Amino acid sequence: MKAFTEVQSKAIAIAVDDIDTDQIIPARFLKTIDKLGLGKSLFADWRYREDGSETPDFVLNKESMSGRSILVAGNNFGCGSSREHAPWALWAWGFRVIISTSFADIFRNNALKNGLLLVEVSESIHKALLTGDSSDTDAVLRVNLEEQTLSIGDNNTISFEIDAFSKKCLLEGLDQLSYLLSFQESIEKYESERPGS
Amino acid sequence: MSNTPKTLFDKVWQSHIVVQEDSCPAVFYIDLHLIHEVTSPQAFAGLKARGLPVRRKSRTVATMDHVIPTLSGKLAVIDANAQKMLDALEQNCREHDIVLFAAGSGREGIVHVIGPELGLTQPGMTIVCGDSHTATHGAFGAFAFGIGTSEVEHVLATQCLLQEKPKTLEVVFEGMPGPGVTAKDIILALCAQIGIGGATGHVIEYRGRVIDAMSMDERMTICNMSIEVGARAGMIAPDETTFAYLKGRESSPAGNAWDKAVADWELLKSDAGAEFDKRVVLDLSSLAPMLTYGTNPGMGMQVDGKIPNPDDSDTASEKYAIGKALDYMGLEAGQAILGQPIDVVFIGSCTNSRMQDLRDAASILKGAKVHPTTRTLIVPGSAAVKAEAERTGLDKIFIDAGAEWRNPGCSMCIAMNGDALEPGQYAMSTSNRNFEGRQGKGGRTFLASPLMAAAAAIRGCVTDVRELIENPVSGQESAPASDTDRETRR
Repeated sequence: MKAFTEVQSKAIAIAVDDIDTDQIIPARFLKTIDKLGLGKSLFADWRYREDGSETPDFVLNKESMSGRSILVAGNNFGCGSSREHAPWALWAWGFRVIISTSFADIFRNNALKNGLLLVEVSESIHKALLTGDSSDTDAVLRVNLEEQTLSIGDNNTISFEIDAFSKKCLLEGLDQLSYLLSFQESIEKYESERPGS
Repeated sequence: MSNTPKTLFDKVWQSHIVVQEDSCPAVFYIDLHLIHEVTSPQAFAGLKARGLPVRRKSRTVATMDHVIPTLSGKLAVIDANAQKMLDALEQNCREHDIVLFAAGSGREGIVHVIGPELGLTQPGMTIVCGDSHTATHGAFGAFAFGIGTSEVEHVLATQCLLQEKPKTLEVVFEGMPGPGVTAKDIILALCAQIGIGGATGHVIEYRGRVIDAMSMDERMTICNMSIEVGARAGMIAPDETTFAYLKGRESSPAGNAWDKAVADWELLKSDAGAEFDKRVVLDLSSLAPMLTYGTNPGMGMQVDGKIPNPDDSDTASEKYAIGKALDYMGLEAGQAILGQPIDVVFIGSCTNSRMQDLRDAASILKGAKVHPTTRTLIVPGSAAVKAEAERTGLDKIFIDAGAEWRNPGCSMCIAMNGDALEPGQYAMSTSNRNFEGRQGKGGRTFLASPLMAAAAAIRGCVTDVRELIENPVSGQESAPASDTDRETRR
C-alpha cells in the first residue's frame, strides 16, 4: 500500500445520503478476478445512460471535475455490501480522500486497506463544504493527515479525528497483513490453548 | 476475571482476542471462514504473490452462490467472466485443499444457508465471509460479520483479523405480532424505525418473547438484515431451539462432545445487569405486514399505510432522499400502496429461502394460480432445502400455481447470474436490499416477507396477505377486483 501524503485538490460533491456500494459499483461489474480497471465502472448507473453514453449532468462527467481527488459525499457513505471493489473503483478513478459526516463500517475497513483516507466532519462543516462559498466548484481543499487538518481555501482550517492505528497505517503505507503475520507466535499459542484449533 | 456482568457479545469477543495492544486493534481469532467466488479470487492472488499458504484449511469452507445459474438442468454459466470466477474458486480450493461445495455436489447453496444447515455454524464462534449478510449466523449466538477481500486474504493467511471492538445495541421486541406478520416484517419495522445507519459501529443483540418463540429459520431472517441498519453484526442468545436445530447435523459435535458443547453454549447469554451502549425498544403488538416503498431498506411502511410525503420529512436531507426514491420508484406520495402492480415476484435469497419461508409461501399459493402478468420465481437457498421442499411436495404446489421452481443460488437478490429485472419492472422480493438497480439496472424493488410475496404473486399487485389468510383462496378465480384495480393503476 502506498503511503498517504498530503492531498491538495478541489473537491467533487455528491450531496446524497446513504450512498450504498451498489451505487458506487453495481454488482454486474464485480465479475472480475482482478482489482484493476474498475474506475470506469464507478457510479456506473448514475454516470452512464442506457446506451452507454455519459449522463451529461452527472458531476463526474463534467470536464472541470477531471483530476480532482477529494469526494464530499452525504451521510453514511458506503453502506450495504462488503465489496472491496467500491474502494478499488474510487481509487482507480483518482479519489484519495472522501469527506462525509459518517461512513459504514465495512467500507471504512476496506478503504483503510487501500490507502483511501476517510475524513469525518461535523454536520456544519459538511454543510459548508456542500453549499457555502467553498463548494465543489472553486475552493482548494488541503488534507494533512500528519496534522489531522482540513484546510478550506487560505484561512479556514479545521482538525479531524482519526484513530492512531489507522493514521499510522496510512502515513507509513503499512501493510496490515505483514503486521498481522508478525503475531504468528501469539496466534500459534492461542490455537494450542484452545480445543479444536 | 472481573465479575462485571457481560453481554453475550462481550463473552464471544473476549474469548477470541489473541493479542490486544494499547491504541491498536485487537488481533482477533476467526473460527470459521466461509468463501465464495465473488470476493475471494483477489485474496488468493494476494496469497500467491506473497507465497503464503492457507493457515487453517479446516476452518475454511467454500461454496458457489453469487453467479451460479438457477435454471434446472443447465449449469452452463451465462457469461465468460462468471465462469472465470467459478474456475478460479475451484482451482484455489484444489491448490489449497479447501472443502468446496460446488454446484451440483448436492451440498451447495447460498453460503449463509449451508453454514447453519451443515452444522458448521455454532454458538460462540467467530465467523466471517466476504459478504455483508454474514450477520445471518448470529442467530446461533455466533459473532459473525462481513469483510472485504483484503480481510479475506488476512484470514486465509493468519486465521485472524485486526478488529476494533464494536459497541453494543440491545434491541428489545415487545408484544407478539398477529397472523400474517413474520420475522421479515419485524426486521423491516426495525429498519424503518432506526434507519439504515441506525446501528453503525454496533453489534445488536435481539431480545424479547417473540425472539424466544421463533424458529432458527426466523431468527436467521432477523440477524441477516442487521447489516441493513448498519450493524457490524446481530446476535441472538442460543437456547433449546438452537440446540435442537444443531443436534445431529453433519458438522455438529456428537456423543460426549455434544453434551460438553451444550454445557458451554448454555453460558452464552447476556448476564443479568449487563450494560449495552444503546437500547431500542419496538412494540410489535399492532404491527401490520411491512414492505419497503423506497430505495433503501429503511424506507419501509405498513402495507395498509400511505406512501410517505417528502414534505412531511424532519430534515432537508430526508426530504431529498424520499423525493429521489419516489421518483426512481415511480410512486406518488400520499397514495395507498395496496393495489400497486407487481411484475415479478422473487422468493429466495439468504434472507428468506429456507424451509419455513417456502412453507409460508406454499401456504398462500396452495391451490391458487399466480397472476398471468406476474412472473414468479422461487429459488431455494440450498440443494438441501430444494430436496426437502421436493420431498414434502412444496415444489408441486409452486409449479401447479404457475411459479418457476429453480436451483439454489443468490439469483435475483443480486442479479449477477442472469436472473434480473428489466428496467422499470416492479418486483416484490423477499431479499434484503432495494437499492437502485440492485435486482437489475432500472429495476424497482419492494422488500417483503414470503407471505406477502406469495399474496402479490396471486393478485398481481401489492396485497395485504392477511386478507388471504382470513379468506383462503382456491382455484383460479381467487382474485376478485384486483385485475381492474391493477389495470387502473398502470
